[in-house]
This record gives sequence, structure tokens and C-alpha cells, in this order.
Amino acid sequence: MKYTKEHEWLRVEGDLVVVGITEHAATALGDVVFVELPEVETQVAEGDEVSVIESVKAASDILAPCDGEITAVNEKLTDNPGLVNEDPLGAGWFFKMKLDDLSVLDQFMNEDEYNDLIA
Amino acid sequence: MGLNDLHVALGGKMVPFAGYSMPVQYPAGVMKEHLHTRTAAGLFDVSHMGQVILRPKGSYEETALAFESLMPVDVLGVKPGRQRYGLFTNENGGILDDLMFANRGDHIFVVVNAACKTADIAHMTAHLSGVCEVVAITDRALLALQGPEAETALARLVPEVAAMKFMDVGVFGDIWISRSGYTGEDGFEISLPMADAEAFAQKLLDMPEVMPIGLGARDSLRLEAGLCLYGHDIDTTTSPVEAGLSWAIQKARRAGGDREGGFPGAARILRELATGPARCRVGLRPEGRAPMRDHTALFAGDAALGEVTSGGFGPSVEAPIAMGYVPAQHADIGTKLEGEVRGKRMPVTVAAMPFQPTTYKR
Repeated sequence: MKYTKEHEWLRVEGDLVVVGITEHAATALGDVVFVELPEVETQVAEGDEVSVIESVKAASDILAPCDGEITAVNEKLTDNPGLVNEDPLGAGWFFKMKLDDLSVLDQFMNEDEYNDLIA
Repeated sequence: MGLNDLHVALGGKMVPFAGYSMPVQYPAGVMKEHLHTRTAAGLFDVSHMGQVILRPKGSYEETALAFESLMPVDVLGVKPGRQRYGLFTNENGGILDDLMFANRGDHIFVVVNAACKTADIAHMTAHLSGVCEVVAITDRALLALQGPEAETALARLVPEVAAMKFMDVGVFGDIWISRSGYTGEDGFEISLPMADAEAFAQKLLDMPEVMPIGLGARDSLRLEAGLCLYGHDIDTTTSPVEAGLSWAIQKARRAGGDREGGFPGAARILRELATGPARCRVGLRPEGRAPMRDHTALFAGDAALGEVTSGGFGPSVEAPIAMGYVPAQHADIGTKLEGEVRGKRMPVTVAAMPFQPTTYKR
């Protein structure tokens, strides 16, 4: 698992990368009440606002962690956005991406480095 | 503040609010805190609000009439032991603040919003000092206990509260209690000496019905109840009639009443009561699950109508809810409008408020 400064996690699954938000981020946001997912088969660039997450408190953007194509989204979040709080690292995933170049993942933090960031 | 240590000990996430450090939520989170208040009882610390006593130099009636010169409200008609909602208006008929005031026999007790209290006290001092002392109370905390189990819980400490009805006030030794609140639920607001507040709050929190509630759930609860937040839903540009607060203007102050007019902005307010306001505060139900937050622009076709003034997700109604201002011809319940969320027009319907039925003990 890799982590971004934006509190997203990235997990390699074959030639795809699954993206979600960390438990730290889910806790900080509070109860999630709405998730707007990106469209499948769209090309995105690093830093694009691809998804919106609304908690009872506020709206936050989910940014594309790197360049690539969105290949799948977690439709379950549309009807059950609370999955982001219940299981942020598992059932609360947001989308899957096919990266142009998997080696870009090396730039992201590992778990220890991320834990240092939020400590 | 006196209760800061308690908030921190309870795990409150403290944020700056109106010059105070206040808990926005506790570890349970906004959703659970909100739902707990609707099903059991929630304890709120609202000590940042302004507590003021108007102590007559002459008769009570003289002070009540002077207070009426600042508000389109029947102050004189409030009986001893009763509380009423009031609003300070300005010369343009806008709202300077909204407040609660009570007839406590020989004086008037007033509770005003935290962000406005300095201005309110100056306003009252400037206009009322001839007839009464305006005493800002700074050594008392203010707690709110809200929800269907509030009476059961509070009656263990103050048995007399069980006999109180909505908007009754009572003085029980050092403790001043009103049966009122800001959630749409039955409940109480409790003023007590700051030195006693932590122990009193702790006794309530030790009861199985009671959970501490932060500002986040306070906001979602009042929004579901259709209650205005000063600075968002009402301000110096909105009149009481536009804001849907005409119910707060009693007959005695209206055209033909015993004490018609005689408050700041009377010309506009009486005119709007007679012919209707140009725009109205309305309840809004967005379609789907995306909340429409404050400042969301509202449209009918290409016409820009106004904006959302409060909006979010209603945990009890399990849907996004909002309120905002639209021209009167677009204000009928059921009118289909659009709100612009992140550049996209989303359907939204004008809806009745409150969104959640109130449970006041009348």
C-alpha cells in the first residue's frame, strides 16, 4: 500500500491501482453522506479533482494521485456513502485506475512514512 | 471558558467559534450525536451566548414598553414565568439579532447570540438605560438539554421541571431554567453559576440518557427544525417578514393593534405584512444525496433567484435539506427549482419546514 500527502491510499491490483482515503482522513472528515464518483473510461491527470466527498460538515475533493484512466468506480458508495467511514481501506474504496506508468508509485509514501506524517 | 476542561476530557474536537474555543463534535461524531438527541437526550454547552438582565429603575411596564421600541414584538403581553422569541430590527427593517426574553416578575432576562452580544448590549444600553439597568451576566454558564428524555434526566436534579410547559421559565435557587431550545425537540436551557456548571454537567452526563453534543449536530438539528441561524438565514438585509418570522410579530404591534409600529423599520415591516414580501425564506429539498451548502446559487430556468443560506445533510430525515431566499412567485411549496453545485444544475424542490416534526411540550 502507498499513501499520498492528500491522505489517499493506493493499492496495486494486477495492472490497476485501487484508490481510497485513509482512516485518518475518514475520521477527520466525519460521517460521509454523499460521494460523487468519476466517470469510467475518463483520462485524468495528477491533481485533477475527480471525485467529491461530502460529510455532515463539509465538502472535500478527491484528487487523481497520478496520470491514468479511470477503469472502475465503487458504485456502492452512491447508496451507502457510510462505507467510507466503516471500512475506508476496504469496502470504502473510490475508484480503480490504469496508470500510464506504474513506476510513478515509487514517489509515494509507505505506511511508516505516512504514519509519521499524521503523527 | 469554565467547561473547556470537560470538553477536552470528553474528547471534544475544539474549534474557534465567535471568539470562543468550542467543541464541534465529540468522538461519537455529528451523525450519532444528532440521532441521540432525537431519540434520548443531548447536552450542549452554549455558555458563549450572551445573558443579560434588564432591571427596571421604575416600573416593569416602563421597561417592557422601552424594550418594545427595539423589536416588533409584544413584550408587555408576556406573563410572568413566560419566555418569548424576539428580534432587534434596524431602521431598514433588517434584523440586528434574534433572541429569547423572559418576564421574570420584576425584571426581563434576555439571551442573545454570541457573535452579536457586544453589539446587542451596546444597543440596549444606548436605548434602555433611561428606564432600566442593562446588566451583562458574565459569571454564569448556559447549558441546553434537548430530546425526548431531557425531562426524565433533568427532573432527577430539579424535579420541578416536569411541570413546566414549552416556553415556561423558572428560577430554582441559583439555577434558571426555560423549557425551550434550538433543536425542534422538547428540552431545557439551563443558566447556572459558572462555578457549579462542570459538576452539574457531569451529573447529567453520568445518566444513561445523556450524551454530549457539539456544534456540528447543533447545526444539523436546528436546520431540520427549520430554525434560523443569525448571520446565515437572517441578517441586517433580511426583514422578519421575508424570513418567515411574521409569527414573532404579535397582533398588538401590527396595523390596528394597541401598540402598532413604534419599532425600527416599522414602515417596511408593516408594509410587507400587508402586501407580502418581495422574497421569502423557503425550505429546500435537493433531489438525490448531494447536499446544497450555503451560497449555492438558485435558479428557475435562466433566472437567478437567490441562494441557499443554510444547507447540509439531515441525519433524521436521511436526505439533504436546505433553506434559502427566492422571489415570492417561486416560493410555493412544491415549486421545482435548480441549485448550482460544483458547476452543475441540480433539481431542488421548495418544501415545507420544519423538515422534522417538532416535539415541544405545549
